[in-house]
Amino acid sequence: MAAPVLAPVDELVEPVEDRASARAFAAEHIAPYGNEFERAGRIPEQLLERMSAAGIWAPFLPTEVGGAGVSMVTLGEIHEEVGRACSSVRSLLTVHTMLSWTVQRFGTAEQKARWLPELAAGRTLGAFCLTEPEAGSDATGIRTTAVPTGDGYVLNGGKKWITNGQRADLYLVFARTGSSIAAFLVPRNSPGVSVTPIKDIMGTRGSMLAELRFSDVLLGSDSLLGPSGFTAGMVLTGTLDLGRYSVAAGSVGIIQACLDASASYTAQRKVGGAPLKDLQLIQAKVSDMVTDARAARLLVAEAGRLKDAGESSTLMATWIAKYFASTAAAKHATEAVQIHGANGCGGEYPVGRYYRDAKVMEIIEGSNEIQRITIAAEAYREMTTS
Amino acid sequence: MSNNVTSQILSFISGRYPQVEISSSDNIFQIGFVNSLFAMELVMFIEKTFGVTVPNDELRIENFHSAESMTELVDRLTPATAGV
Repeated sequence: MAAPVLAPVDELVEPVEDRASARAFAAEHIAPYGNEFERAGRIPEQLLERMSAAGIWAPFLPTEVGGAGVSMVTLGEIHEEVGRACSSVRSLLTVHTMLSWTVQRFGTAEQKARWLPELAAGRTLGAFCLTEPEAGSDATGIRTTAVPTGDGYVLNGGKKWITNGQRADLYLVFARTGSSIAAFLVPRNSPGVSVTPIKDIMGTRGSMLAELRFSDVLLGSDSLLGPSGFTAGMVLTGTLDLGRYSVAAGSVGIIQACLDASASYTAQRKVGGAPLKDLQLIQAKVSDMVTDARAARLLVAEAGRLKDAGESSTLMATWIAKYFASTAAAKHATEAVQIHGANGCGGEYPVGRYYRDAKVMEIIEGSNEIQRITIAAEAYREMTTS
Repeated sequence: MSNNVTSQILSFISGRYPQVEISSSDNIFQIGFVNSLFAMELVMFIEKTFGVTVPNDELRIENFHSAESMTELVDRLTPATAGV
């Protein structure tokens, strides 16, 4: 199916630099088309261009390279508002954010000069490439290799479930280098890179997933991003932290979207002559959505505040925010469909999409089972026992 | 300066692992509780607490073996940023 066609980018697009401007952008350019994006299995180029014009791809980057220098708290609010409209679009922001942050944090001066202005402007779109057919949350199972050649590396292997893999211009690829792993910047147009679209997925259907193959891809020494060896694990840890933060924020957006849709529907839909909202069982579901939206939003904001302060505790705060928000999103998306009854199972309303997308949130950037193990380990680690 | 740095690093590690007693020269990797998550926390703690940025070429495992090696890292980075 062809992607929906939006009007040309011929009007002035307001910059997105905070929650209010993100909400306005998403309400005008994304939310009305969310179900169409899902059915088409892609995001139209016109929207990608509008997002570039709005400066929404990496607004946390400094103004010197074309970003807006927004705080991590604000970045989370922007991702929440986009996620409220469409999780597929938000997922593109997530992986672009992961790559952009990693270049900013670990890139050399040359890498920053080459890539950050491109990433800030959206002229180059990024994707994060960790998962393989046999290695998901367990990064130690990576089989893709980067073999040193003296003046660079030869990349061989494959990646799967790569968000925006179909469209991204630059891949952040984690590969095995001897006994450890390292991160590499790999342009999609490099000889030896092949991209196969993944279709018929359950959720975030518009996120343009792909499977990638690397066959004797020659990389220069300047493709290595960050340290190699044991400390390369820090690159992955930091990158995934940003990914979880974005997914957590997007999950808050899903909860809010479920609340919006459910409140609107139950105020209008009548049963026995009275609106559904008069039923206490409906009120219970809506009240739980309100409560969890606020709680999840606060957890995300706290994780963002700790990031802005440079506090190491942001890592665990982000794990907890992502776990809580994604679990709540899946729960409330289920209830939103239930509230809509048969209408919730059709394509006229957005809640079926929220339901499919929310399930994905519990899996990506570390499954919730892995997160619970990590959160519990933290609790035991801090116990004073001998 | 160095003694104070070492003390703060030990305090951070003890706060994270209160059940383990370590000295400034103990190799925390050999004790066995360091993973990439804690390594990242260590880097963030050092950068935040001592106002330094750890460049890629200093992100080596030997710089984080012990409170002493981390103190030496901080001492190396501090004059470089404060002296210009």
